[in-house]
Amino acid sequence: MSSESLRIVWIYPDLLSTYGDRGNALILARRARQRGMPVEVLEVRSDQRLPATADIYLVGGGEDGPQALGAQRLLADGGLHRAVAQGSVVFGVCAGYQLLGTSFFAKGVQCRGLELLDLQSDRGESRAVGELAGEIDPRLGLPPLTGFENHGGRTHLGPEVAPLARVTTGIGNDGATEGAWRGKLLGTYSHGPALARNPALADLLLRWATGAHQLPPLDDTWSDRLRNERRAAVAPARA
Amino acid sequence: MPLRAKVASSVSRTAAALSRAAGRGDGSVIGGWIGLKIDPDLLAHLSAGRAIALVSGTNGKTTTTRLTAAAVGVLGRVATNSFGANMPSGHTSALAKAGSTPYAVLEVDEHYLAQVLESTEPHVVALLNLSRDQLDRAKEVAMMAQLWRAALVRHTDVRVVANADDPLVVWAATPPGDPARGINPPHVTWFSAGQRWHDDSWVCPECGSTIQRSGEQWWCTGCALRRPEPNWVVEDEGVLDPTGAWHKVSLQLPGKVNLGNAATALAVAAEFGVRPVDAVSRLGIVTSVAGRYAQVDKDGRNIRLLLAKNPASWLEAFDMADDAPTLLSINARDPDGLDTSWLYDVDFAPLRGRQVLITGDRAYDLAVRLDVNDVPFQHVRTFDDAIRSVPPGRLEVIANYTAFQDIRAELDRVI
Repeated sequence: MSSESLRIVWIYPDLLSTYGDRGNALILARRARQRGMPVEVLEVRSDQRLPATADIYLVGGGEDGPQALGAQRLLADGGLHRAVAQGSVVFGVCAGYQLLGTSFFAKGVQCRGLELLDLQSDRGESRAVGELAGEIDPRLGLPPLTGFENHGGRTHLGPEVAPLARVTTGIGNDGATEGAWRGKLLGTYSHGPALARNPALADLLLRWATGAHQLPPLDDTWSDRLRNERRAAVAPARA
Repeated sequence: MPLRAKVASSVSRTAAALSRAAGRGDGSVIGGWIGLKIDPDLLAHLSAGRAIALVSGTNGKTTTTRLTAAAVGVLGRVATNSFGANMPSGHTSALAKAGSTPYAVLEVDEHYLAQVLESTEPHVVALLNLSRDQLDRAKEVAMMAQLWRAALVRHTDVRVVANADDPLVVWAATPPGDPARGINPPHVTWFSAGQRWHDDSWVCPECGSTIQRSGEQWWCTGCALRRPEPNWVVEDEGVLDPTGAWHKVSLQLPGKVNLGNAATALAVAAEFGVRPVDAVSRLGIVTSVAGRYAQVDKDGRNIRLLLAKNPASWLEAFDMADDAPTLLSINARDPDGLDTSWLYDVDFAPLRGRQVLITGDRAYDLAVRLDVNDVPFQHVRTFDDAIRSVPPGRLEVIANYTAFQDIRAELDRVI
């Protein structure tokens, strides 16, 4: 951690917050506080400078126009690149995941991404809307991913990133893999408050940020019930 | 009316009656659907000769339509789609069922506004607000504002009554005219009904700059878009009209939101020549609207139903609800939108300190949300369990669309 409190930055809530993206900041902050960590959450709007010294950066979903604008402003600002160079954690969701790559499409135009992840996105033939589930990369040691996706993109991963998960339900990147990660950067098409259904993923981000190998367990009764219900909802019907 | 339209209109009424008699629905959609199959221009035929007001927006349109119909009723009979069936089939049904009336006040789904403007050639259109709603299938908010704006460019003769507090609505209501071709922008009367929800209007729809807010004022930092001076304003328990006269409004509907809806209704009625002083007492006769705000007494509990479909309307529901035990019910079926992410756009903190019960298909999504929000709650399986879990007295029920309909059905279709 960069200071005595864990600093979480929610990047551009004025542009990149279409689907309850605030949830990820709320969930990380709560899970850290429950472990006794002091937390500071900063909401940085697109007309403000991005601090380069925070521990976790959240980049949320957005419509095409705001996504392109958000990428432009992040490139011009440079703060996120400096933070990544210093080892900060970045969690990108949906449009925020795409713009971490080398390029993406918005309003039919190819836009330059932040080139923080080796991936590029284009348009699929149809929109991917619905439940998304997958088995997460075993090296991350997490239970299966569950979420909801709503995007028109298809994402192609380069050799320098690993897929976050192998898709069991939904589309994700391309119907086979979903999301990507490298170092302490992680992106997913599981949109909006993705961490609500994946508290273990929230804890992974907290461990990356704090360097802790383990965190004290929390009472996740309701998240567990929600996860079980969603997993049952997408399970193939048994004869 | 052409013969084809007469036949279509008659079949439409019969189908609606059959649907009601068979207990298959309230008949407010099926009749119109069949009528439009026989005569696709039926809505235009049924609209001819009536002075029509359309009411559209993300929230409050059913209630505002009901209040507006009551206000315009000062002048004569008013046809209206009071069951909230707000697509062209619902409009067709409502007009066919009402027979010949001098006036009509129609609630319009925001996606259909352009089409219904075309068919009905209204005298007035009321634009209430635009905010995120069912994003897994609805148009994104800025795009909706663009569609409205484009529709109004083609109907510059319509009188617009619009919300000065919503930047997207203001932008949609003020398309540029084309003086070279003699096209003037539509005439707009502005009302101020307050706006609790700001998260869809931080970015200027005209130029992409940041929108600043201070008190009730807002302005774009990059272009000329700013809050227009409203002609109708909610003040205390009443409404200030454009002449500066204040009218006390006594509603049976709760909350400041409904005072705003009343101001809108008076402004729309004024476009037909109704004086607010004549209309204001009629607003008090509206008790519940398709079950919304209905109160039902059961087992010593006074149950009040509040519908909340999207983040903006949840904030309004918290404002309307009494400090009493509260049941929240969430589904995510097709009419609700399949995605529950919006739960994190709502701050449930106003419920802290109340007894909170949760139920519905997606109660667990709500449970996780309330947990993160530090709002203690109790999960119940059924509506009856909820009633048994609270002491006698008021029980506020806040539910999204199909959850609301489920509870209405349990309470025997209260109206």
